[in-house]
Amino acid sequence: MECVRMIASPRYSEKRVGYLGAMMLLDEKQDASLLITNSIKNDLSNSNQYIQSLALCTLACMGSAEMCRDLAPEIDRLLRASNSYIKKKAALCAVHIVRKVHDLGELFTKAARSLLTEKNHGVVHGAVVLITELCERNSETLERFRKTVPDLVQIMKGLVISGYSPDHDVAGISDPFLQVRILRLLRILGRNNEAASDAMNDLLAQVATNTDSTKTVGNAVLYETVLTVLDIKSESGLRVLAVNILGRFLLNNDRNIRYIAMTSLQKIVGTDHNAVQRHRGTIVDCLKDQDASVKRRALELSLALVSASNIRSMMKELLSFLSSCPPELRSQTASGIFNAAERYAPSQRWHIDTILHVLTTAGGDVRDETVPNLIQLITNTSELHCYTVHKLYRALLSDISQQPLVQVACWCIGEYGDLLLTGECQETEPVQVTEDYVLDVLETVLQSHMSSPSTRGFALTATMKLSTRITENVDRIRSIVSIYGSCIDVELQQRRSPLWRIYCFSLDFKLKLILDQSNKLT
Amino acid sequence: MFALVANQKVVIDWPCFWVVLGGSFLPRGVYTVLLFKMQFMLLFSRQGKLRLQKWYVPLSDKEKKKITRELVQTVLARKPKMCSFLEWRDLKIVYKRYASLYFCCAIEDQDNELITLEIIHRYVELLDKYFGSVCELDIIFNFEKAYFILDEFLLGGEAQETSKKNVLKAIEQADLLQEEAETPRSVLEEIGLT
Repeated sequence: MECVRMIASPRYSEKRVGYLGAMMLLDEKQDASLLITNSIKNDLSNSNQYIQSLALCTLACMGSAEMCRDLAPEIDRLLRASNSYIKKKAALCAVHIVRKVHDLGELFTKAARSLLTEKNHGVVHGAVVLITELCERNSETLERFRKTVPDLVQIMKGLVISGYSPDHDVAGISDPFLQVRILRLLRILGRNNEAASDAMNDLLAQVATNTDSTKTVGNAVLYETVLTVLDIKSESGLRVLAVNILGRFLLNNDRNIRYIAMTSLQKIVGTDHNAVQRHRGTIVDCLKDQDASVKRRALELSLALVSASNIRSMMKELLSFLSSCPPELRSQTASGIFNAAERYAPSQRWHIDTILHVLTTAGGDVRDETVPNLIQLITNTSELHCYTVHKLYRALLSDISQQPLVQVACWCIGEYGDLLLTGECQETEPVQVTEDYVLDVLETVLQSHMSSPSTRGFALTATMKLSTRITENVDRIRSIVSIYGSCIDVELQQRRSPLWRIYCFSLDFKLKLILDQSNKLT
Repeated sequence: MFALVANQKVVIDWPCFWVVLGGSFLPRGVYTVLLFKMQFMLLFSRQGKLRLQKWYVPLSDKEKKKITRELVQTVLARKPKMCSFLEWRDLKIVYKRYASLYFCCAIEDQDNELITLEIIHRYVELLDKYFGSVCELDIIFNFEKAYFILDEFLLGGEAQETSKKNVLKAIEQADLLQEEAETPRSVLEEIGLT
């Protein structure tokens, strides 16, 4: 309330503080803000421009929809008939009004158009922002403003080629803020429109080639140019130029620049795939960056760039990334690898190897459906059963903590354990094991505190299946099963009981039933 | 350039940027509204004390406090050499650290992160010019001046004046006006006799 009083005071010092207080403490949702509407209205017509400016600033910061509706005509008046200082502020105030009440855009269209011809950079900047907002909200307005493209191109050219202008220069770039805004407006005007895009083609090429990229400010303008080129209907030469700029950004020492380059490349990897592929090497290098945000971007982009031709080399990089990546990215990496492997695997054996590699490295972070998917894959690759069971057996010997891996391994041993026992294998060094060793491994899994209940279930089923494939240790199997039959775990018991009964029937019948059961249970 | 150090004015060669840039990516359709707007700017110290907050979107006090708390924590947890941009909620956060103060802006999806870095830098330059080698103490004890300067540079979240000189001139004039208004008037003047 004190703010309201101060705002109404005739003294500038009090007004200044009062308005500041209003902006800090009130917001449009509070009723008190309505009380200052009248003060704002009066102050907008004050003869002193600094008082007008206070009112404009406050309205633009916290004006509610009602206040905006109320005061819009005032703002329009100020847009036309005042000095540059006020015009530029009125323009931005109008932006706020349009954001709050879209329909009021109509009111400002004419004034906005005429402001473009002003000399004052602040006013032109405000006008460009206002026109951008108007065009974004209303497609008819957008059509009308397309006619301004040549004017915008002229203004931009003036900025780019003009000599040093001390007022607006930032590290050799003349008014980068205005340049970026104009580029943005051109982007909106050129989208989906051939004629407009053509008209700005030369200018964009000029900005892209002539802007100094040694400092951040130059890169800011280049970035905006690239975004514009990629969004409008630009000709292919210009697009290539834009992607090359992004490629240069990728090699920049500044991490920020690398990050935004990858963000932009991500957006176009679908449409300009080949152009982005050229920078694959650099992107893959960014996987090794220290910063987690950069790593994430590099990962997404790398996964998007995997194709049939580069699958082997890319997978090597991705697998090495998986072993050292931050924990929050592991799940994403693992699924990305699986998808890529499924789509582009050059051979079945490579596919299985890759999946096993992922399971050993990041087994805890893979999704649940990985296990049945892998089992399906192994089943379908009959020529590799021997190879697969050997590999999984070895993996199980070294580490039983990764649950998905253990589950698949147990299942595999249950299905193809006989292949292990033959002591022969074509694709890999065979193991020389006896039935006891195999059962040892399964028992270790059953007893380990690291095994989850479902893992134990797999191990138990596998043990029982082995009873049909091995001949000497049937008693041992019986004792293992009976131990876990009295196990507290209900699922485990359930699993054990029907099979146990089957166990007691004849061998052939048993074989058939077990094979049927195992298909249902997995 | 200048340095913001808690207790003393120190000159350093280059500012370290921690610009928090926030923004999300909208799915692209034939006609998507591109959002470019600065939603808010926060200045806070390395201990997490808020020195300045400017909000360009209507939010309740509670929401503001919550956002501030979360964001300050997130930014302070970042290591020195990390990227100046991060994605937070559906915003892009651009942050830059100048000695002991973090300047943090939240911008929307399609906004240009690099130019936001430049905006932050420009604001810092303005403060530096005005206070003469600005330090955190200047901002603590003259926070209203910091706001006035910000309000001459940005309006409704957009840059209103791209020339440093003009912003500083306007502030100067406004300050003069304020001084005149505060100068005690003589009794005769008060009753309108001179």
